[in-house]
Amino acid sequence: MIELEGLTKRYGEKVAVNNLSFTVRPGIVTGFLGPNGAGKSTTMRMILGLDHPTAGSVRIDGKHYHQLKEPLTYIGALLEAKAWHGGRTAYNHLLCLAQSNGIARSRVREVLETVGLTAVARKKTKGFSMGMGQRLGIAAALLGDPRILMFDEPVNGLDPEGIHWIRTLMKSLAAQGRTVFVSSHLMSEMALTAEHLVVIGQGRLLADTSMADFIARNSRSYVRVRSPQRERMLDVLHQAGIVAVESGDGVLEVDGGKAELVGELAARHGLTLHELSPQQASLEEAFMQLTAESVEYHAHSETSPPPPQQQWGDGWKRG
Amino acid sequence: MSSPQPQMPQAAPSWEAAPGAAHPASGAAHPAPGSPYPGYTSPIPVVRTHLGHAIASEWTKIRSVRSTMWTLGVFVLLVVGIGLLTGVVVSSSSSDLAGENALSLGFFGLLLGSMCIITLGVLTTASEYGTGMIRTTMVACPSRGRVLAAKAIVFFLVAFVVTLVSSSVVAFLHVAMLADNGAKDPTGGEWLKGTVGIALYIALLGLLSLVVGSIIRHSAGAITIMIGTVLAPLVIALFMFSESLEAVRDALFEYSIPNQLSVFYANSLSQSGPSGWDPLWIILGVTAVAFGGAFALLEKRDV
Repeated sequence: MIELEGLTKRYGEKVAVNNLSFTVRPGIVTGFLGPNGAGKSTTMRMILGLDHPTAGSVRIDGKHYHQLKEPLTYIGALLEAKAWHGGRTAYNHLLCLAQSNGIARSRVREVLETVGLTAVARKKTKGFSMGMGQRLGIAAALLGDPRILMFDEPVNGLDPEGIHWIRTLMKSLAAQGRTVFVSSHLMSEMALTAEHLVVIGQGRLLADTSMADFIARNSRSYVRVRSPQRERMLDVLHQAGIVAVESGDGVLEVDGGKAELVGELAARHGLTLHELSPQQASLEEAFMQLTAESVEYHAHSETSPPPPQQQWGDGWKRG
Repeated sequence: MSSPQPQMPQAAPSWEAAPGAAHPASGAAHPAPGSPYPGYTSPIPVVRTHLGHAIASEWTKIRSVRSTMWTLGVFVLLVVGIGLLTGVVVSSSSSDLAGENALSLGFFGLLLGSMCIITLGVLTTASEYGTGMIRTTMVACPSRGRVLAAKAIVFFLVAFVVTLVSSSVVAFLHVAMLADNGAKDPTGGEWLKGTVGIALYIALLGLLSLVVGSIIRHSAGAITIMIGTVLAPLVIALFMFSESLEAVRDALFEYSIPNQLSVFYANSLSQSGPSGWDPLWIILGVTAVAFGGAFALLEKRDV
């Protein structure tokens, strides 16, 4: 169990993490979601005692990280890729970590086997591909057979087979009763692995909810209706007790999956339709909406499509 | 160096186990006895860690990178090679050493070789910041002081042993080669200073570099600072022509590291200044102060 309480980190004027409080519980995979620069990695570094919080505290099973005497058997972490000396072999890298925590040599071979790096165990790590690097980082995290596992962007650089493997691994680790805390900036990835979701943006907590709740609340389905007789269409829908929202460009959006109903109503009243299409707002869109206000690095590009259901430029007009 | 590791049962936890297939020793999601925090309990026995574990880890680190072999290899080559060369030149030129002891010829090789020890010392700490390894290290051992202490102990012993062996080899060679050139037989005290003394001094100089590397966190920067520390006072002193600066010039000269090094061979370039075992106490003091600073900074700064 990881407990954050009012965790804050300030770098000079800039607030990287702002009063974060949440709990990561054992037995499930908890997704830690946020756009780039939201403070995910800073939060993880504070959990691991690498960065000192400006305010607040974080406890691991009730203890501060520096109070853990044999931390690798408590919490295993995959930080950013390739946080090691490239001239050292994979085996020696894991060996020096094992020794610092009094873990037996045999365990090094076991974790190498688990992540599938046995064949390159005696090779220098600087020749490793991104995917092999991630696997070595995961091997280091598993070394102490810890109760808590933290992965920072684990699927980065992995091939489809590797991604499938890490998903299965995380789920089985959680099923054994471990606490699994995974950061990502991809909602779609989290939707497949996480049971619980913590979303942050610009260092602030935006959501702390179960995945099921998040999906139920955010996967809105609606029907897009386009007609040259927009006013009459609105009247007809209104009379039928159907709520329609104008979303600009003469497009009407009707909540719920009622495409047939809308089509029949239009036919009955002799209305021309140019478009009648059922739509599903994806979780990715829901996530983007949630974090739109707090995205740090906007790409101001003409070609990037505006997020749906939101006026493009809302943010800067108000700001 | 073997690490103090208890034998552990070979029963491996099965990672690929299907969800729910619990270990014999630990039911899935069973709380640890007496713990208010539920969760997984590993079948692997937990060992209380201490400085010994960190030392074993640092020993693995220092012996498993090529830069260690390179710097120490070049060091031995310089010390023994230059020592042999000066020995051959002096003995064949039939020059008279006029009662000087033969050990003093070892000075040149060690002065150049010290650059290698400085480099290795800096790399021991600073290279971890360059590669990002430091974060992995500090996660594995949250006691930052213990990490620095383990690095210092392992590096100091390696540097001391290698310097002691190389300088002793050169000393024996010189005494044997120059017996016919009027060289005085070194006394016991001179032997001690020319081998153990100089090895302690060079190892401490390396340790100071390690500490500077930990403070600067940048390999090239720290190496530059250390080489500057060794050479700058002597070079600056050379350009102090003005008489009003004579006192400063003499002090720079006498306390420059090359001159302090030569004190161990009793052929100091100046008559005043440090003598006997003074250089050892000076560098011990400086290193201790720097160590204190590095400890404090390590605790205070983010990794």
